[in-house]
Amino acid sequence: MRQKVRTCFTREVTAELQTLSAPMNLSFDYTRSLGPVLGAFMTNLRERRIVGTRDAAGRVHVPPLEFDPDTTAALTEIVPVSDTGTVTSWTWNAHPVDGQPFDRPFAYALIKLDGADTSLLHAVDVAGPEEISTGMRVRARWIAEPTGAIGDIACFVPGEGSGVPELAAPSGEPIEILTTPVALRLEHSASVPETRYLQALAEGRLLGQRCGTCGNVYVPPRNACPIDGIPTTEEVDLPDTGVVTTFCVVNVPFQGQRIKPPYVAAYVLIDGADIPFLHLVLGCEPSAVRMGMRVRAVWKPREEWTESPGNISHFEPTGEPDAPYSSYEKHL
Amino acid sequence: MSTRTCTDPNGSVAVVGYAATPWLRTAQTTTNGVEMLIPLFADVFAQTGLTKSDIGFWCSGSSDYLAGRAFSFIAAIDSIGAVPPINESHVEMDAAWALYEAWVKIRTGEIDTALVYGFGKSSAGVLRRTLTMQLDPYTVAPLWPDSVSVAALQARAGIDSGAWTEADMAAVAARSLGDATSNPAAQFARTVDPEVLMSEPLWADPLRRHDIAPVTDGAAVAILASAERARELRENPAFITGLEHRIDSPALGSRDLTQSPSTAAAARAAGADGVQLAELHAPFTHQELILRSAIGLGDDVRINPSGGALVGNPMFSAGLARIGEAARAVWNGDAERVLAHATSGHALQQNLIAVMEAK
Repeated sequence: MRQKVRTCFTREVTAELQTLSAPMNLSFDYTRSLGPVLGAFMTNLRERRIVGTRDAAGRVHVPPLEFDPDTTAALTEIVPVSDTGTVTSWTWNAHPVDGQPFDRPFAYALIKLDGADTSLLHAVDVAGPEEISTGMRVRARWIAEPTGAIGDIACFVPGEGSGVPELAAPSGEPIEILTTPVALRLEHSASVPETRYLQALAEGRLLGQRCGTCGNVYVPPRNACPIDGIPTTEEVDLPDTGVVTTFCVVNVPFQGQRIKPPYVAAYVLIDGADIPFLHLVLGCEPSAVRMGMRVRAVWKPREEWTESPGNISHFEPTGEPDAPYSSYEKHL
Repeated sequence: MSTRTCTDPNGSVAVVGYAATPWLRTAQTTTNGVEMLIPLFADVFAQTGLTKSDIGFWCSGSSDYLAGRAFSFIAAIDSIGAVPPINESHVEMDAAWALYEAWVKIRTGEIDTALVYGFGKSSAGVLRRTLTMQLDPYTVAPLWPDSVSVAALQARAGIDSGAWTEADMAAVAARSLGDATSNPAAQFARTVDPEVLMSEPLWADPLRRHDIAPVTDGAAVAILASAERARELRENPAFITGLEHRIDSPALGSRDLTQSPSTAAAARAAGADGVQLAELHAPFTHQELILRSAIGLGDDVRINPSGGALVGNPMFSAGLARIGEAARAVWNGDAERVLAHATSGHALQQNLIAVMEAK
């Protein structure tokens, strides 16, 4: 994690506190059911054909709409349109971002294809804004191996294409599912209490914070006491021993799993804290773990410590007598 | 389209409290809003004399995509201190829509006070790219058109049709920047001639930097109360006499992007005639021109005395801030009858109109 100077959002520098931040990259492949209309659109794209839907008033919507935006009637009539059309609006995207059709400046345009009454949004590959204008004729340029996605059209380019195709039945299996990957990059910032907690972990300490009103001790510290809604500021050094309040035996494998099942994920209530956190309990048979079991943190080797809760590898039984139920009852 | 109206001429609900953070390019906060919200709650409680246990309903607007984590609004609840348990709801939209939910809830008679809040740390990601997540995920979003590009397509459509000119757009920016000089919360402000703005380079042809709202971190909070409670809580409450939201088709290419039928319908339903001041949530200069036309605001209506979204556009609270700023004009006696507008989605896809007045 890199450090940066924290300033309070009231525009006044209230303290020379250093908060931690780190890049956070999120990605997820959404799989989406297409249904008959969008399914037909994607299946035809795979054949290098563009289709729309015709509504009761005779308008042809491209990309196809499943329902008439004016009457809400279901639209089921699939009609082919041309691969060539007219630019109805455009912009010069001088600052492309990840995932866009080009990583160099290009035009986005709304394009009304011949045979369509609505416009399709896509990229137009021209060298500069002086090479595109409203009313310009453009045609689709296809990728080498279409798969059934809007990206099968790599972009549009100036000129005339091959016109309206015959609406032959597409060969091969109809496309019913579309995978649409989403990836976002963020810079995740820790709060001041979280930063203090992470810095203490780098020194092998557990640092909590106590609410000045209710007296509860939170580890990890939160930005505010969830009971009183006020920032917590009083720091409390805590031991690395505690009690299993509740637990589960993980038997199900999942993506990214680091330990072979079965193993125990448990809520551990650190001695002196008022809120448990989730951690692993290893060092005994899963069947031996029980509510009230006394446990101690097992730290990774000191040279591996960073500003991370991962410095604690897991918890293991201390062998002490179990804590009485009444001692953790209100923390369940 | 439904013919229902959402007028409430007697104003059974009023806005009695409002606070917002300064609008900053980067606020040194986490994405869960807690640091931004705690002082704002204290502010609106001080304005009204209420405490958290007096609040009958809490409703927020924020976005998981913006925060980069699931159920991010749950973490924000730490800022309330929700013990004993509270009556709470959330919209994945601008908090103006959370205010709508709170307004409906008070009108049911179930509660008589509500606190509405919105927050967002837009700077955590690349905002114009994150907002692609609001587009059709099948045929549009896979091409990753960013929010500025989509707005630029809309701006060009209006320029081509003769609905507005780049000079009209620059005039909106110059007025907003000038008004911002008296708004200490504004992200930037300056007195500038529109012709000077016109000479600046294009950023996303036909948009220049001044046509595009900044990336802003921030939060806003408002308190609503039933008419009976409102009189106890503040002198000159801003009584809501109409509140409605409508939506246009998500199919960008099937809309006439130079018009906003949903804004016009919402304004009609809310009863927008005769307002003296309007706070419009227009993240792009040309969108203010569309909104003024759709609502039917004459030249005598004061537009965005706060500087509007062009001088600070905190995601998920900028719409609520429009309502708060307009309500403040009623409290202060600057206007008797005001209008506030909020938008959500690309190219003014969804629009909300609130009409408030002194009584």
